[in-house]
Parts: sequence; structure tokens; C-alpha cells
Amino acid sequence: MRTALRSLLPRPRGSISPPAAGPGSLRRLLLVTIAMVGLAACSGPWNNPYPGDPGVRAEGASTIFSSFRERPKHLDPARAYTSDAYVFVGQIYQPPLQYHYLKRPFELIGFAATEVPRPRYFDRAGRELPADAPAAAVAFSTYDIRIREGLGYQPHPALAVDATGKPRFHGLTAAELSRVHTLFDFSATGTREVVAADFVHQIKRLAHPRLQSPIQGKMAKYIVGLAELSDTLREKLKTLPRDGFIDLAQHELEGAQVVDRYTFRIRLKGKYPQFVYWLAMPFFSPMPPEADRFYAQPGLARKNISLDWFPIGSGPYMLSENDPNRRMVLSRNPNFGVEVYPSEGAPGDREAGLLSDAGRRLPLTDRVVFSLEKEQIPYWNKFLQGWFDSSGISSDAFDQAVQMSASGDIGISDQMSARGIELQTSVATSIFYLGFNWQDAVVGAPEKSDAAGRERARKLRHAVSIAIDQEEFISVFRNGRAIAAQGPIAPGIIGFRDGEAGLNRYMYDWVDGAPRRKSIDHARKLLAEAGYPNGRDAKTGQPLVLNLDTVGSGAGARSRIEWYVRQLQKIDIQLVPRLTDWNRFQDKLRQGNVQMYFLGWNADYPDPENFLFLLYGPEAKVGRDGNNSSNYRNPEYDQLFEQMKDMADGPARQQVIDRMVDILRADAPWVWGFHPVDFTLRHAWLANVQPNTMAQNELKYHRVDGGARALAHAAWNAPVLWPIGLAGVALFALVLPAWTGYRRRERRRGRVDPADGRAESRH
Amino acid sequence: MSAYLLRRLLYAIPILIGVNLLTFALFFVVNTPDDMARMQLGVKRVTPEAIADWKRERGYDRPLLYNAGAAGLDRITDTIFFDKSVRLFVFDFGPADDGRDIGREIRSRMGPSLAIALPVFMLGLAAYIATALLLVFFRQTVFDVAGVIGCVLLMSISAMFYIIGGQYLMSKAWRLAPISGFADGPQMVPFLLLPVFIGVIAGIGASTRWYRTIFLEEMGKEYVRTARAKGLSEMRVLFRHVLQNALIPILTGVVVVIPSLFLGSLLFESFFGIPGLGSYTIDAINAQDFAVVRAMVFLGSVLYIAGLMLTDLSYAWVDPRVRFE
Repeated sequence: MRTALRSLLPRPRGSISPPAAGPGSLRRLLLVTIAMVGLAACSGPWNNPYPGDPGVRAEGASTIFSSFRERPKHLDPARAYTSDAYVFVGQIYQPPLQYHYLKRPFELIGFAATEVPRPRYFDRAGRELPADAPAAAVAFSTYDIRIREGLGYQPHPALAVDATGKPRFHGLTAAELSRVHTLFDFSATGTREVVAADFVHQIKRLAHPRLQSPIQGKMAKYIVGLAELSDTLREKLKTLPRDGFIDLAQHELEGAQVVDRYTFRIRLKGKYPQFVYWLAMPFFSPMPPEADRFYAQPGLARKNISLDWFPIGSGPYMLSENDPNRRMVLSRNPNFGVEVYPSEGAPGDREAGLLSDAGRRLPLTDRVVFSLEKEQIPYWNKFLQGWFDSSGISSDAFDQAVQMSASGDIGISDQMSARGIELQTSVATSIFYLGFNWQDAVVGAPEKSDAAGRERARKLRHAVSIAIDQEEFISVFRNGRAIAAQGPIAPGIIGFRDGEAGLNRYMYDWVDGAPRRKSIDHARKLLAEAGYPNGRDAKTGQPLVLNLDTVGSGAGARSRIEWYVRQLQKIDIQLVPRLTDWNRFQDKLRQGNVQMYFLGWNADYPDPENFLFLLYGPEAKVGRDGNNSSNYRNPEYDQLFEQMKDMADGPARQQVIDRMVDILRADAPWVWGFHPVDFTLRHAWLANVQPNTMAQNELKYHRVDGGARALAHAAWNAPVLWPIGLAGVALFALVLPAWTGYRRRERRRGRVDPADGRAESRH
Repeated sequence: MSAYLLRRLLYAIPILIGVNLLTFALFFVVNTPDDMARMQLGVKRVTPEAIADWKRERGYDRPLLYNAGAAGLDRITDTIFFDKSVRLFVFDFGPADDGRDIGREIRSRMGPSLAIALPVFMLGLAAYIATALLLVFFRQTVFDVAGVIGCVLLMSISAMFYIIGGQYLMSKAWRLAPISGFADGPQMVPFLLLPVFIGVIAGIGASTRWYRTIFLEEMGKEYVRTARAKGLSEMRVLFRHVLQNALIPILTGVVVVIPSLFLGSLLFESFFGIPGLGSYTIDAINAQDFAVVRAMVFLGSVLYIAGLMLTDLSYAWVDPRVRFE
């Protein structure tokens, strides 16, 4: 009522009135908007997600367009340890070694280093030992690493110097700082040659408590003095303010020493042949001490300017645009040393055109543009429209992208083929498995159990392993994109055996040249022998109930878990899924409060040690917080592991590995799950793409044909305009009758035209 | 009015403390600082020393709410809660668990959030009110019935359907706009077309019905009859008198959301690749970044309170008889 009365009162000041903007300003606003949209439209396809980017044009800088799903957590090479970070870090930094891009099996070659270093072994007295010295005799190993001359860092303000040679931006004043908002606001950059001391500095950084390097614990076991340096720095930090700077040059590290300007020496405790693989990871990339001094200046961190977000590397690319919320761009590092495309590869590479760029200087592409794309639907559609050069295949898009022939062969679909899209597959150096907790009295073999009990549990594990039909799982849930695991070692890794030689005879028979899973009847028989005929305890008559702990999130998690329940129902075992979140799941593993669980492992390096250590007794999760989540322990296996890890590759090592794998198959601490097969689609204009699951720096080898891509963009993305016309007609068809109806009604009621204020005032 | 505003501001302080305490308790019920450290440090090769260093570096090595080992006031102040909460009241959000400054992130992400939310809000409001008035104008006709049925149908469809359907038609089939992404400056316009259009369409069913109800209620009042008796056209009655008098209920629902526009839309920002605060919040929840979650909840609370105060002020603006007492 109050508001009703209000309408009859004179209009108060400040009350709602029609917009103040006159028709002229509105018209101008409309024109500007139309002009902007028009300009955007005229610059190419209307759906171009890279407006203004020269890389889209045929004559622009050669540019690869890619995406990232999550912003990387870290870009500091001492901290980065995830695949989303390695996409960037792998291209920016230059560790001493790298994997040959084409050769298989994986082969280490020099990157910053001139060659792969050969270890020298010494006993406690400092006497040099032969290369095949037993591990027990070796007290120390040394690696002398010679780096290539003429390697240069990317242009960076940390390396800018004034006329006297002093760092230009290492003493920023408050006024200077106020003008800086990103790293690119600095008025000058500098560079310098990479020297051996930079590698030593980076190794010291691994010990810095503030960086929490994920390999600090691992390396502290091997690099002489690293653990002590860590402790020293930790103590020193306690005496400093929260953002206090520690100059690592003031601290010596016995295990990393500069020999000369281009040579440094790493000294390890004992014998650790796998150490060279770590030298191919960004952890060991050179880092100029100037970078730490520059980024430690007060105020920069508050502006998100830190080494963790603005790398300083000597690799083929540098981060020239850094907006992890939207877009990140890698550009060619003008100071990158001379490196050429390989001239030899695996059999068939030449025929596949992978050697046509042999001898050309790397990188072959000027820029790589990464756009943040979180959702699958836009990501996939952008690929189909040619806006991304390559793509993985989600389950939703699988049927559209891939077709299976009558013989079961997987190939590209006709729709993809018509666009020139090519499919590449590669088996990942990973394994996903279902583990049994060795400390569990039913499925495991706790120390207090007797031999008969352990044998019953072993048969139970075998029965469960047979009942879970991995082939069906791969078909249903992974569209065939995996191979069933026969043991812990992934294909492509030394020690893996293919075909009948690699068959797990406890789970499979070799029939007609292929593995065939043993029958459910066989599983039932094993179950009965384990003391559970028809899924019931022979003594108590109680049904056998097993618990599966898993993280119950993610697409399709529930259907996957229900599938596992059905698998065990085949042998009358009741499986109870216990869904939990990731943190609680980790807690349960650490405390041993699981019976069965799901996990996976992605290899760090192509050595069987990196898989077999997952079941090494001293690596137990309970009590040691190691990576052996099953807490599996077998004295013979552990002894063989210690022997195997220090052996050189060859028949003798293979023999030991075979024995270890056989022990594992017999004990079955895991239900051997599957090794994923990665499917990658790429457009025809992207060349030299060869999946290499170990290499992190493959973008420098890729070449793009910008002209072909621009033509495809124009052909595939012409806007369809008739819907706009149709919408206009539909709107008109809706408004016109309404308006005429209104006019008719008003005339019938004898009212005036609402737009004619003068006429109304006459009433 | 000043006294009223001051009083409301003072009321806001305990509310914000309560919200902060609740956020803190809920977060740490499901997450320990160790969990947070493991989440940030990764799954592989994490040592207890690294976890301890991570916690010490970020101040998570102290007790949560009460420090029994400290003396005097430090028992309260030398805790995670106090340390992390007090700074919020001066909008110093500190660093996220990944080290990036939260305040800077929020400032840089507000623009993209607003770029979507503001046009959707303004255009949507105009479209919904206009459509509702149109339906009211044709009330008790086939047009009105069809319009209401259409509204019910539109409001029954999930926002996801609008997004996916819109992306399919507009970007994939007709190629009229980029399917996702964002750019600065004028180049932003093509990226806004699709999400703004879908945002407006997605809300048209529910909002039009709501406004129609408000307008219909007004239409039965005596001043409308008086206006008609004066011989005013129906258009003028609706757009000048009914709309003006319906402002109070409209403002109740509208003004309160204006400050929250800064916070963006979780769904739209994720699907259209908009680097706004909605996606920032989702990312922080996924990463279990307590610092960001706490900052965003606090900011959301502040903006909501600001919205309520603005609503009160707007009442007095449209109706001077409203007094603050």
C-alpha cells in the first residue's frame, strides 16, 4: 500500500527514471560494439580463440597451439615433479642428459653435458675399483660431468648488468619495485654462459628446506654431504626472518664440486647405477646463483614474481608469456646452444618421415602457445576445428575418433581421416594395480602367520586375481586402451618380456599364440583350497568378505567399483568397497588399515629398479613411509633386488629380474592390473611427433606447417549465418503480432499512443 | 543513516568472525596440515622432513585454536587460526599454499569475472523484466499462458544443458563464436558473446516468472486503476507506474547479488575457460588450498553483507518514506 501511494505522489529527487544517456551516446556505444565485433570477425574465422596471435596466420612465426588443464604447481626445477609442470619445465631447462628422441629402447645422451658420464668407484681407502666392482666393495662413486661450452641462459633481468658489470636489478629500491608488476616490466635483460658452478649451485638448492624438493630425501641418501647441508640450512633458517635469504655460495657441499669452468663432479655414497637417469631430469639443470639473489629481494614474492613462476633456463624455450590462469607461451631462447635434430632413430622411423629434418637446428618451432582448457567438450571441439594441433582422446570422444576393424585392430575413424588427422599410440611406462596388504591376516602374510596360513592366503590372492577379468575391464572402461599386466614391469623397460616368455602362468595359459585367462572354475578350485569353498569359510561357514579401500571420486568411479564387486561375485566373494578421500586413503595406507586398495605408478626412469622397488621390503609403507604400499616382504626377493639394482644391464641382470618377477607372480601381492596405452591424435600439419614417455623436452623436435593450418582454419571454420537471420525473422514474427495486437487494443480502448506524450497530456 | 550503517558494520564483525571460525573448523575437520602439505608436495617421494619444512614455512606447525605451550595471550594469538584470520580483516590474504599472493590473484581475476557476470546481470535484468511485463501486458491470453509454460520449461532445464547445447550450436555447428577462452581489451568481446547469451537465456525462465508474479500483484492495486482512469496507455501504466512500484521487491532480490558479481560463476568460468574468481575457488578446493578457500569464503561473506546493506540503502533511494532506525 505504501508503494502504491508512492506512485501517486510527485516524483522525488533521485527516484528511478529512464536512463540518463541520450540516444546519441547509446548509438555511439552500439556502433563501437558493432565495430569491435566486426573487426574481430574480419580478422578471420569468428570462432578463432587466438585473436591477434600472429601464429595463426600462415606467414606468422611458426607456432604450436596446445593446451593445459591445470596450472602447474611449480616451475622451479628443484620442486617441479609432475607431468603438468614438466610440459613447461622440460622445455625451459637443460639438464646434463636427455633421452634420445627416436631410439628405442630408451637411450641416454648428452644434453648440457657432452656425453653420458661413466662412474668411477672407490673403496673406503680411496682406492679406485674396476667398473664391475661389487656394490658391497664400493664406498663412493664419482661422476665427472663435462658440459658443452657456449650454452647460454635466456634473457632475464636477474642477469642484466650495468656498464661496470654489476647486476642491475639486485638492489631494487621501493620506487623501482613500485613500477614492477610482472617480470616483463623490467627495462633490461641480460644473459651469460652456463658454467659448471651453476650445476653445483642447483644441487645445493635440492637441500634447501624452503624449497622442499621432492627428491631431497632420495638424494640425501646418495650425494655426499647433502643431508648435512640440509640440516645446516634448516638450523640457519631458524635464525632468519621468514623471508631471510641464505646465500648457498657460503656453504660447501662435498658431493658436488666444480672441477673447472666446464666440469663438475658429483660424489655418491656407495654404488647407484640408476643415478644417471636422474641427471636427465630438470632437478639437475643449471641455475645461476644470480637468480636466487634476484628473486630473494623483498617485495617481489608479493607480486608473484618468484623463481617458481618465472624460470630462468638455458633450454630451447623460455617462458615469454606467463598467465597460468589463461595462457602460457614458450618462445625460442635466442641463447640456446647448438643442437640438431637426430639423424638416426628406430627401425621404420626414416620411412615414417621422422628423419626428414635430420641435422636441422633445434628447436624447429618458434613458439608454443598453451591455453588453459579445463573441460573436455571445448577442448575436443577446438581440436576438431584445428585450433589445437594435437589431442588425447577422452572416453566420450573415443567412438568418434577411433574405429575397430573386424579383426580387432584399432584405427582412425573415417571422420578423422577425412581431415587428415593421424593416430599414434604408445604404451605408457606405468602400471595400475590392485594391491593386497601383506599385514592383513586374510589376504596377506603377516609375520605371525604360519606356513599353512600363508599358503591359503596365497591361493586366495590367486583366485581373486583370476576372477578379476582385466581384459574385460580394459574393454569396458578404457575402450581397449591398455594391455593387461603380466607382472610389475611396464613394456619398454629393461627386464620386460613380451609374448609367451613374459606370460604369468599363474593367471594365464598360452593358447593359439596368445594369453588366455584361467577359468573361473580354476579360481573356485583355488578358493576351495584356500579354505573358502563356495566363498564360505570352511570352519565357520561364514561368507568371505573382503574390503576394498579406494578413492571414490572421478568420472565413472562408482561403475568401476561395482564392476569389481561383480567380478568377485563370480567366485562368491563379497567385496565391500570403502570409499574415502585421497588424504584418508593415504592415512589408511600409512597405518596399514587396508585389506585391498587401488594404486598406480608412473616410472621416473626406464630401469626395472624403478618398478621392482615398489615391492622391496625395506620400502614398506607402514613404519617406513616408503613406496611399498602392500608392505610386501620376501627375503629372497629383497636379496635379489639388492643384487639387481647395482648390476649392469645384460643377460645376468635379466636372469635375476626374471626370478624376481616369478617370485612376485607366485606370491601375487598385487592383482596385476594394466599398462595404459596412450592414444594421441595430431593434425597433418604437425610433423615429427613420436611418443616418448621418458623425454620431457620433445617440443623442440616438432615442426608445424603454418600455411596448411591456416588453410584448414579457413575451410573448417566459416561461420554459418542463416541462424542469425532466422532468429531475426523469428523475433520479428513474435513482436509484430504483439505490437499490432497492442495497438488494436489501445485503439479499442480509446487510449493514445504511448510514445506520444503530448497527445496523452491532452487527456 | 550514518548511525545505522555504523551499527550494521559493527554487526558484520562478529558475523565475519563466525564465518571464519566455521570455515576454519570445517576445513580442518577433513584436512590436517599434514594433508595439506602432502597435497602440495605431491605423492611421490615425500619425506617427513619435507612435510615439517612445508608446515613451518607457512605457519602450519602451530596448534589450531589454542596453544597450551605458550604463555599469556600467546595461547590464543600463537595459533594457526589467529594468525591466519586477523589479517583477513584488513584484506591481507597472504600467500596461497602454492606461494602466489592471494590478493594479487583476486585483483587480477575480478575483471574476467565481472566481464561475464556484469553483462549477464544487466542484460538479463532488462530481458527478464521486459519479458515479464510483456506477459503481464498480455495476461489471461494465449500468449501469457504460452509464455508461462515456456518459462516453466526453460527453468526445468539444467544450466549444464544450456552451456553444452549453446557451445554445440553456436560454436561447433554454426562457428559463430569461440567455444571457450578469454582475451584482454576489445578482443574480449567475441569470447563474451556465447557465455553472456547463454547466461541470459539460462535465467530467463525462473526470473521472468518471478517478475511476472510481482507485476501481477501490482496490477491489482488501486493506483493502476487510477492511472488507467486518467486515460494513460497500458504501456505507460506498466513501464512507468507498475515497474516503479515493483522496485522494492525487485531490489530485494537484485541488489544483494551485485557485490557478489565479483565472485563470478563456478560453472560458466570452468566451461568457458574464463580466468575468474569462480574457477579460482574451485581450483583451491580441489587443491585443498586452505589459504585461498578461507580468503574466498571471507570475501564472499563481506560482499554478501555489503549486498544486504546496499539493499537497505536502495529501499530508501526508491522510497524516501523508508527510514533507518
